[in-house]
Amino acid sequence: MALEQKIKYEAERDRDFAQWVVTQTGGENLRHCIQCGICSATCPLALYMDYTPRRLINLAREGFKKEVLSSFTIWLCASCYACRVDCPKKIQVTDIMYVLKRRAIRDGVYPRRFPIPVLAREFGRMVFTWGRVNETLLVIDLFLRTNWFRFLSMTGLGLNLMRTGRMSFFPDSIRRRLELRKVLAALESKDEFRDWAGPVAQLLDEEVEP
Amino acid sequence: MMKYLYYPGCSLKGTGKAYEESLLAVFRALDVELREIEDWNCCGATAYMSVEESKSYALASRNLAIAERENLDVVAPCSACYLVLNKTQKSLQEHPDIRRHVTQALKAAGLDYKGTARVRHPLDVLINDVGLEEIARRIKSPLQGRKFAPYYGCQIVRPYASFDDQYNPETMDKIIKAAGAECVPYPLKTHCCGGSLTGTLPEIGLRLAYIIIKEAKKRGAEAIVTLCPLCQFNLDGYQGQIAGKYERVDLPVLYFTQVLGLAMGLPAGELGLQRGIISAAAVLAGR
Repeated sequence: MALEQKIKYEAERDRDFAQWVVTQTGGENLRHCIQCGICSATCPLALYMDYTPRRLINLAREGFKKEVLSSFTIWLCASCYACRVDCPKKIQVTDIMYVLKRRAIRDGVYPRRFPIPVLAREFGRMVFTWGRVNETLLVIDLFLRTNWFRFLSMTGLGLNLMRTGRMSFFPDSIRRRLELRKVLAALESKDEFRDWAGPVAQLLDEEVEP
Repeated sequence: MMKYLYYPGCSLKGTGKAYEESLLAVFRALDVELREIEDWNCCGATAYMSVEESKSYALASRNLAIAERENLDVVAPCSACYLVLNKTQKSLQEHPDIRRHVTQALKAAGLDYKGTARVRHPLDVLINDVGLEEIARRIKSPLQGRKFAPYYGCQIVRPYASFDDQYNPETMDKIIKAAGAECVPYPLKTHCCGGSLTGTLPEIGLRLAYIIIKEAKKRGAEAIVTLCPLCQFNLDGYQGQIAGKYERVDLPVLYFTQVLGLAMGLPAGELGLQRGIISAAAVLAGR
C-alpha cells in the first residue's frame, strides 16, 4: 500500500496558480466562490469524481495545483453547464474545467490512457486532417487505442447502425482542407501545447486542394 | 418564402441522418428554404472546445465567415453545434483578444469575419418565425392520443437560454401538442444523457442514459422526443446494452421533426423513421 499524505500544509500551495486561473477566460470569478455546493448537487457526474466540483473550485483557488491538475474530475465533466447556470456567484465552472484541462495537457499531467483525453486528442486530429468528423471511424480509433477488448462488446450496436444505414467507413472531408489548416496553423503559437494536435507543418505540405 | 442557411454538422450526416431527413422534409413542406452552407467544417463540439481555446473558436468561425457572405440566419439543429457556434459568437464579442487572434488566423487563409452571423435553432425558427398558427394549419393527421416525453438535453438551453426557458423549456412541448399528441410531465427534460461518456466510460454513460429512458417509461410515454443527435444516439442506440446491465425498456426515441412531419401527413420513409434502432412501429400503428 502506498502511503499518501492526507493533510495539506499551507506552504505546499502555489498561489501563482490560482492567480493564473483568474486571468484565464472563464476563470475570472473563481475567487467569488462561497462554497455553497450547488455545483456539486446539480452535477450528474459528481458521484464519480475524485473531487466534487465544489471541492475542486476550492482547491484551485487555494493553489493546490497538483491535486487539481491530476484529478479525474476535470476530465469527467460532460459539459452540461448545469453548475454554471445554477451558481449564485456566476462562476463559469465548466469553463474553469476547460482551463484546467488545457493546463494539465500543457504540463503533461493528464491521465494518458484515460479514454476521455484520448477522444479529445483524436477528435482534434480528425478535424485537422479532414475538416469533419466521421463518428464511426472516431469511435473505432478510440476503442483500438484504449480498450480494444470492449470493441467486441460493441458489435451489436455496430450491426444495428449498419442495418439502419447510420454508419459509414469513409472519412467525410471538406473541399478546402488547406484553407482550414492555414487557419488552425496560424494559431499554433497561441495555444499553449503544440504537440497535442499532431504535426501541423507536415500536413500543410501535403497536396490537399482538389 | 423564408430562407435560411443550414449548418448540418457531422452527426446529421452520420448517425443522425434521420434528423436531417425529417428536418429538411418538414421545412420544405412548410415552404421554408434551408440552403446548406458551402464547404462547412466541423464545429469542434465539446471535445475540441474543451482542450483548444483559440483554435476551437477559429474552427467555428470559418463557418460563420462563409455564412456571413449570404446575410441569412444560420440554422443549427445539433445541440453541440448550436452551443459552440453561439459560444464562439459571444466570445468574439466579449473578448477582444480572442477576436484579434481569430481574425488574424482567418486572414491567413484569406477569410474575413465581421461578426454579423446569427445562429438559431430550428425550434426557434418554427415557433418565432413560422408560428404555431401556421403550423396548426398544416397539420393533416394529428397524433391523437399519443403520449411523448419531451427531452431537451443540456446544451440547447444551457448556458445560453436565448429562445426558451433554462429550467423548464417548452418550445418542443408546443410543437408536440400542435402535432396533436400529449406531453407527459417529465422532470428530466434538461438532464444530461451522458454525452460522449457512453463511448468513453460506459459504466457511467449507460447509467445516465438509463435514468432518462426509465423515467420516461414510468411517466407513461410511448416514445421520447428529442432535438439532439447525440441524445438520440445514446438513448436509442444503447438500449441493448442497457437491457443487459439494468432492464429492458424498449422505448423509441424520435426527433421532434419526425413527430411534426408525421402529423403533417408526410410519409414515414421521408422522415427517416426506419432508422431508429428501437422500432417506432408502435407509434406508427394505424398510419
